[in-house]
Amino acid sequence: MPKPLKKQRVPMPEQDPKERIHNFNEVALGYTWELALEEASRCLQCPVNHAPCIKGCPVDVNIPGFIKKIREKDIKGALEIIHETNALPCITGRVCPQEQQCEMHCVMGKVGDKINIGKLERFVADEAKKMGIYPEVYIAPNNGKKVAIIGSGPAGLTAAADLVKMGYDVTVFEALHDYGGVLIYGIPEFRLPKEIARYEVEYLKSLGVKFIKNVVVGKTLTIYDILNDYDAVFLGTGAGTPNFPNLPGVNLKGIYSANEFLTRINLMKAFKFPEYDTPIKRGKKLAVIGGGNVAMDAARSALRIGYEEVYIIYRRTKEYMTARKEEIKHAEEEGVKFMFLVSPVEFVGNEEGNVKAVVLIMNELGEPDESGRRRPKPVPGTEFGLEVDAVVFAIGQRPNKVLYQEVPELKVTKWGTLIVDEKYRTTMKGVFAGGDAVRGEATVVLAMGDGKRGARAIDEYLKGEPWPEKIEPKNF
Amino acid sequence: MFEIMDKKLLAPNIKWIRVRAPIVARNAHAGQFVILRLHEKGERIPLTLFKWNEEEGYIELVFQEVGKTTYELGSYEPGDKIMDVVGPLGNPTPIQNYGTAVIVSGGVGAPIGYAVTRALKEAGNRVVSIIGFRSKEYVILEDEFKKISDELLITTDDGSYIRKGFTTDVLREYLENGGKADYVFTVGPVIMMKLISQITKEYGIKTDASLNPLMVDGTGMCGACRVTVGGEIKFACADGPDFDAHQVDFDELMSRLVEYRPEEKIALDKYMKGGC
Repeated sequence: MPKPLKKQRVPMPEQDPKERIHNFNEVALGYTWELALEEASRCLQCPVNHAPCIKGCPVDVNIPGFIKKIREKDIKGALEIIHETNALPCITGRVCPQEQQCEMHCVMGKVGDKINIGKLERFVADEAKKMGIYPEVYIAPNNGKKVAIIGSGPAGLTAAADLVKMGYDVTVFEALHDYGGVLIYGIPEFRLPKEIARYEVEYLKSLGVKFIKNVVVGKTLTIYDILNDYDAVFLGTGAGTPNFPNLPGVNLKGIYSANEFLTRINLMKAFKFPEYDTPIKRGKKLAVIGGGNVAMDAARSALRIGYEEVYIIYRRTKEYMTARKEEIKHAEEEGVKFMFLVSPVEFVGNEEGNVKAVVLIMNELGEPDESGRRRPKPVPGTEFGLEVDAVVFAIGQRPNKVLYQEVPELKVTKWGTLIVDEKYRTTMKGVFAGGDAVRGEATVVLAMGDGKRGARAIDEYLKGEPWPEKIEPKNF
Repeated sequence: MFEIMDKKLLAPNIKWIRVRAPIVARNAHAGQFVILRLHEKGERIPLTLFKWNEEEGYIELVFQEVGKTTYELGSYEPGDKIMDVVGPLGNPTPIQNYGTAVIVSGGVGAPIGYAVTRALKEAGNRVVSIIGFRSKEYVILEDEFKKISDELLITTDDGSYIRKGFTTDVLREYLENGGKADYVFTVGPVIMMKLISQITKEYGIKTDASLNPLMVDGTGMCGACRVTVGGEIKFACADGPDFDAHQVDFDELMSRLVEYRPEEKIALDKYMKGGC
């Protein structure tokens, strides 16, 4: 007798919203063995060659394979299967948009809830970490070639992991004073504890990857300096420069980019001021402009540092928001207020130059734009004011030009992203790039996928594949 | 970690340090700055380079103790280590042979003015240095400026040394008396830079100002240092720190600089009470 299908997924225990808005501890608490075994038992174990979930994964994790190992209570085995293609499962298990990737394709969806793949991946990684288990990985003997990775975010860390295993001498350069890129300055503690990024970096160090911080490539060292010392370079420098709209009052005090707001809180720990030296303004009402994951992170962080009323101001309707459903749900549970079909037109300051209100205008949705989403159109005469003490812009970022502004060989698109071909080759010989630096703002796991394929391309190049005469730009 | 090799008190609360930082020294240019973080709980603050030596692998910084971090840095002695120093950051001051260059520095802007003056001198300019201080006891770097300036004009606000007046008075007199100026560089208190730029605008002299807004990362990532120049938003760390002074919205810069005054006071009071 076949066992009946368990249609409902096992929910992940979470901190109570009323409590969690007063702390920065992780919201999702993780599966216990019991819960993980129950969820793993729901998997239909599609054959690896056809498993739709694997096709949905940007880094090709053998999902049925590791779930089978969970069922067998073999954490080391599960970890090793994941590590075949994904060196950062503690991170992807937390921040991947699984609902748009592996889980979207899960066959169980036809009869019930899809398997909670992300949470199971996290369970494996966390359990292994707790038990001090590391995967046994094969590290090829040193081949005498050196590769520099610029940026220690998800793209760079992934490329570093793969290249060191292939036998390269790998050095990661980081501009900030800590490693992890967006994982440490952008994504808040309550979604991805910093200790996890640190753990993954320590693991890469144990494999032989070298890390050097406080080096701004383009300033401290140029790309030319690096190419003198290394056989190839991978640029995983992200999309770190925030956009500000050209609206009246946008430079009033109390108006932040999400990058500044989150960097102060996450990287500099301003939520512990004055124990930590970096301050942040703590007022009562804060408005976040934008509808992506970064906007949710900023809004939820604002609640945690004591803002009482936090608004998400989004120009389209809820279904167009780019944030993950889970993040929107968490924000709603925590009391973030959402305003749809509104855009800021002006910021009003008090006599000291602090923002005191934002003037908003109502939108209606017009024709679809190039992204296929209906374009918001302001409706004249519908302006109204919202009193605030602070505003955070989370309306996208572009790549930081500091790296390549004095490197004419490196060509960029009109959006400022580096031009690369399908093998992640830039327009400069020996220089590869991936992640947000070539995509604009995307996700951690897409950056990791680029890091992986970039590492493979670097390997081919260093084994003698000729550099093309002309780079055929790849569209992302 | 970055070791403090040497330290001197130049004036009340104004200190000079030499820091071992070979990687910063090898690419440094006049007008650039570093960001430093003293320890695990420290904030990131920008300090502009005074001198640097590539062969010996050090940089020199001059700073005034005003807030918690600068007081704490001032308490560090030779042998002590700063956790993080990153740089050189920002764009170098555009150095060329303008003919006669006038460098107007105020207070602790003087070390930056010194670096730029030296570079302009090396580029073949005739350099005129105008430096202003609060009073005699705050006068710093006089000998250094003397060595590299074709003409050196020092003033004090209260007249306790050389003459009484602001740098603006000195610049105006210099120009009214037919002094030549093909280029002006100014660095110091924002109000001073604003007034200097008003004078040079009247005279139609190309002028750059080195701006000192609040910064967090210093690499173009956060926008805390944004300033309005010619009606556009610029990041002082990545687009500057020097900008065409005639285009800068100095009032906005002044307002944004004091954003964290209350928090700065809390941090300093706590530090002073903790004993130093």
